[in-house]
Amino acid sequence: MNEIQELYQQVILDHNKNPRNFGAIEHPSHFAEGHNPLCGDHLDLYMNIEEGIIKEVRFNGSGCAISKASASVMTTILKNKTITEAQELFKSFQEAVTSDTETLIDEINLGKLAVFCGVREFPARVKCASLPWHTLINALEGKQESSIEIQSENHGK
Amino acid sequence: MFKFKIQEGLKVIQPGQLVEFPVAQIRGDFPILQRIVHNKPLIYFDNAATTQKPRSVIDTITNYYTSYNSNIHRGVHYLSQLATDDYEKARKIIQKFINAGSSDEIIYTRGATESINLVAATYGRANLKSGDEVLISYMEHHSNIVPWQIICEQTGAKLIVAPIDDNGDIILEEFNKLLNDRTKIVSIVHISNSLGTINPIKEIIDRGHRYGAVVLIDGAQSVQHAKIDVKTLDCDFFVFSGHKIYGPTGIGVLYGKRAILEKMPPYQGGGDMIKSVRFERTIYNDLPYKFEAGTPNIVGAIGLGEAIDYLHSIGIEAIANYETRLLNYATHVISEIPGVEIIGKAKHKSSVISFVIVGIHPHDIGTMLDVDGIAIRTGHHCTEPVMHRYGIPATSRASFAFYNTFEEIDYFAESLKKVIKMFS
Repeated sequence: MNEIQELYQQVILDHNKNPRNFGAIEHPSHFAEGHNPLCGDHLDLYMNIEEGIIKEVRFNGSGCAISKASASVMTTILKNKTITEAQELFKSFQEAVTSDTETLIDEINLGKLAVFCGVREFPARVKCASLPWHTLINALEGKQESSIEIQSENHGK
Repeated sequence: MFKFKIQEGLKVIQPGQLVEFPVAQIRGDFPILQRIVHNKPLIYFDNAATTQKPRSVIDTITNYYTSYNSNIHRGVHYLSQLATDDYEKARKIIQKFINAGSSDEIIYTRGATESINLVAATYGRANLKSGDEVLISYMEHHSNIVPWQIICEQTGAKLIVAPIDDNGDIILEEFNKLLNDRTKIVSIVHISNSLGTINPIKEIIDRGHRYGAVVLIDGAQSVQHAKIDVKTLDCDFFVFSGHKIYGPTGIGVLYGKRAILEKMPPYQGGGDMIKSVRFERTIYNDLPYKFEAGTPNIVGAIGLGEAIDYLHSIGIEAIANYETRLLNYATHVISEIPGVEIIGKAKHKSSVISFVIVGIHPHDIGTMLDVDGIAIRTGHHCTEPVMHRYGIPATSRASFAFYNTFEEIDYFAESLKKVIKMFS
């Protein structure tokens, strides 16, 4: 696989075209808005959390293929996870996509999320993959009103 | 390698003209064009963001630091004299380049952005009062919006915005209606960086003057593509950046009419902008030094002078001619690709093509092209109001310079087709 096929894997192209859990939840228990001012990507994340378990999660918005697919895959994974599990997934995801390209990916731990590791070859695109996850953390922490602006992170290149 | 493919039936290209413009030889003048990116030859289509530098400019910079680096003005030693001479020689080159009346009217700045900020902070602050109006257009770069917002906030003046139509042209009837006796400053871009529109600035300048306004023209995207004559234009201010005209970054120009510049308060205080300093009273220096506090970008100015000399060696009209052919060819080729929509269809356009592809985000297009060695820009191009006007978050933008070729445009089109195929 060349680096572009690695970045735009079939799974990503599929989720981009047919995003899962796309749309709003009318009265969510948790909500946050994610915004990347650099490219204009915009994402609304809705969740219903009952007794510490994510019962329902949906998203709305517009963005590039990477951010859209990342949001879509994230929603499929989060369902029925506890808040702690979601936070741990965020950490593993963030670590993986910001690691240098030499680092081996823990595919077992990451599962479906491993497809996003292609962004490591494209430092400018790491933010795209991370946006939904940063929005998730804001929603969990109750920062509903604030739109997040991800500053350019240190991508090692 | 750089022989052109002449496509049959393509009306926009006159085969006879092609051989006249020595693009292969010109490409040899730009070392960076030999670069390989992602294992592909670099195709540089991001010229509206910054242009590449010819060998002569690079050598000039190296030579300055290698053989006569020193501070200018008031230096009694040999090197200081050499540096001062070249720094001032460049000012004269710039003066002639835009046909200013005197080199005193050429103020060195960091770039077009600083030039506009300078005018806003000095002329604007001294002349605007509550109820006055500053007239700009919808297609301005953020650098021709925000400085005015800041000064309007401080003075109580109002920022008025002239609308544009779907093609990306200023609606002149609306612009004329917005002009009135309260209009003190008109600040308009000559060529839009995101749409490519060439504005009818002569008409705009004349109309502004009829209402007693001073008129600033943002020439950041025009000096490299068209002959500028500030005397004929009769604009009060004209600004541009060195790095967009094949010179170094960090150097730019503010042209202003002498009578206006003389009345303006200084911009920054410091060395070089004074005649004498006492704690009781400081006397400011004459033009242009009144606006050039501190050690300037000496090599930047010298490098910019060299870049202009280089352009003269090719001829700005020959450049404009060739770039128009590149634009027409690219417009034709891109329009043929199903799903691609060009944003900005003004009648008079510069060699900038902004486009969107239905269902594919500009970021994904940019990444895909990059892997093919093609450098374009994606995003809002520092013109967010333009994006809002068209209801889009961003565009992809290809902008051409005279070292680009028809062959590169063909390759670019093929690469775009691959992007569309992958995301369909």
